Amino acid sequence: MSVSSNAMNDAALQAAPMSNARGYWATVGRRIVRDKVSMVCVAILLLILLSALLAPYLHLADPYQGSMIRRLRHIGTPNYPLGTDELGRDMLARLIYGGRLSLLIGISPVILAFGLGTMLGLVAGYVGGWVNTAIMRTIDVFYAFPSVLLAIAISGALGAGITNSIVSLTIVFVPQITRVAESVTTGVRNRDFVEAARASGASAFTIMRAHMLGNVLGPIFVYATGLISVSMILAAGLSFLGLGTKPPEPEWGLMLNTLRTAIYVNPWVAALPGAMIFAVSICFNLLSDGLRSAMDIRS
Amino acid sequence: MLSYAARRMVYAIPIIIGVALVCFMLVHITPGDPLVAVLPADASQELAQQLRVAYGFDKPLPVQFGLWLWRAVNGDLGSSIATGRPVLAEVLRAVSNTVTLAIAAAIIGFSLGLFFGLIAGYFRDSWIDKVATSIAIAGVSLPHYWLGMVLVIIFSVELNWLPAVGAGPSGSGAWSWDWAHLRFLILPAITTSVIPMGIITRTVRALTGDILSQDFVEALRAKGLRETQVFRHVLKNAAPTALAVMGLQLGYMLGGSILIETVFSWPGSGLLLNSAIFQRDLPLLQGTILVLAMFFVILNLVVDIAQAAIDPRIKRGS
Repeated sequence: MSVSSNAMNDAALQAAPMSNARGYWATVGRRIVRDKVSMVCVAILLLILLSALLAPYLHLADPYQGSMIRRLRHIGTPNYPLGTDELGRDMLARLIYGGRLSLLIGISPVILAFGLGTMLGLVAGYVGGWVNTAIMRTIDVFYAFPSVLLAIAISGALGAGITNSIVSLTIVFVPQITRVAESVTTGVRNRDFVEAARASGASAFTIMRAHMLGNVLGPIFVYATGLISVSMILAAGLSFLGLGTKPPEPEWGLMLNTLRTAIYVNPWVAALPGAMIFAVSICFNLLSDGLRSAMDIRS
Repeated sequence: MLSYAARRMVYAIPIIIGVALVCFMLVHITPGDPLVAVLPADASQELAQQLRVAYGFDKPLPVQFGLWLWRAVNGDLGSSIATGRPVLAEVLRAVSNTVTLAIAAAIIGFSLGLFFGLIAGYFRDSWIDKVATSIAIAGVSLPHYWLGMVLVIIFSVELNWLPAVGAGPSGSGAWSWDWAHLRFLILPAITTSVIPMGIITRTVRALTGDILSQDFVEALRAKGLRETQVFRHVLKNAAPTALAVMGLQLGYMLGGSILIETVFSWPGSGLLLNSAIFQRDLPLLQGTILVLAMFFVILNLVVDIAQAAIDPRIKRGS
């Protein structure tokens, strides 16, 4: 309830009409670039993302190659700037390589849910009637679960694995995005330009694709960026429980789990993977806040 | 009021059935025959068939769902495969520990959240606001299971002040509200409180800001009320929404405790769920999720009705 009313009140919804669309997004772009906090977050996220993507070219140690004689070295050990893990593998390399899977299973559910939820919400909001009732009442059922419980229930039933984690998190986020999309669409569907398109004989599909999509996408996008932080935490949480990827794959949540036994030997090395999750999550949250206020053109 | 409450309850029935259906389907989306989970490894064909009939797996799915729902309504959620004990009894015993944890976390998280939210909203754009909103955003961005580990590292490993795992000195046993047990509660409760603290700070800050910018506040000040009296009016206006958010957060803490309970080996419903998942104890998995989800649905219902009871605008609105 609070989510949908937020979306309705969101000033971004009162976006300029289609003819000014480029002007509006250019303004938003200028405002976000001028926001220092957002730009710092973008820089940190790009650094983590690029180093994860380019990891093989960074001359790092082999993230899979362990050694029984150099296990759990401390942070600052020569050649092992961030120490080594419980199997003697280089932590720096594993943290950088770990970004690949962690970002993949953290971000892709939001992207998938953004697509699916926007589609469902657009159809429910525009068509209305029994279609709306059918979609929204089904959504309500999934909404009636706490998100952590739903994610764990589904991936616990499906079994461990990367695909299963992504599927279960997508199921968690689709209802949330559908609700926002539906409420934004309902706000737009009776505006004059939609009426005009209908009067000129455009089909429902054309109206949704050409006339409504551009007008509802903004607020839904902002809402979805806010979900990435939750998704990162939950995705790593699933791996932490042993429901995500399997050893020896480097992944932040799983690394946190396997290093948990080492907290009495080398506590701060054990805490490192969580710091990565925290950094990504807080940057996405701050960026989402910055985007929201940049799109609030009235202020 | 009563008619509103009645309407809300009627509206909750399809949701409850839907939630039950999702829980029922969990066993059927698991890879393989659900019967494998209840069969001993060396079971004969006849035994398999007997159990299939006993569990009703030979009937069509809708019939199975009806039977399962009927038994669940009568308090029969089946028996745990691992222990053989009734699922409902296992779940309820574990839930009481989770409730203890959630209440302790709520006391910490709600009071801090209200405090930070009110001062941030009142002194908007000042340094106080900046500090409070930074704490709030850190709170909602923290992987709480990691925070739990860090707290264990600081207070158990390095300082050796508080126990790292468990819920009591004897390893298990009943909970009681004395220092010997409370020592075990402190770290998990702080860890659990961080997310609700952040969310309530953000909500209350926005609420307070909105209310303060309304005309009636101007009028209150114009007629000469002292700032403390104005503050009371702000509180009254913020209360319904703030209470609703707190109710929801309590539900999230009850239902989403698995990660924190795993970190601290806290013997609640989350830890039970964890063992059910990894022992492939499907009846226990299904039953725990059903009970927790039902708690959440009922809590939502209570929050909605309570919100309508204290906020006359809602009744008129609907």
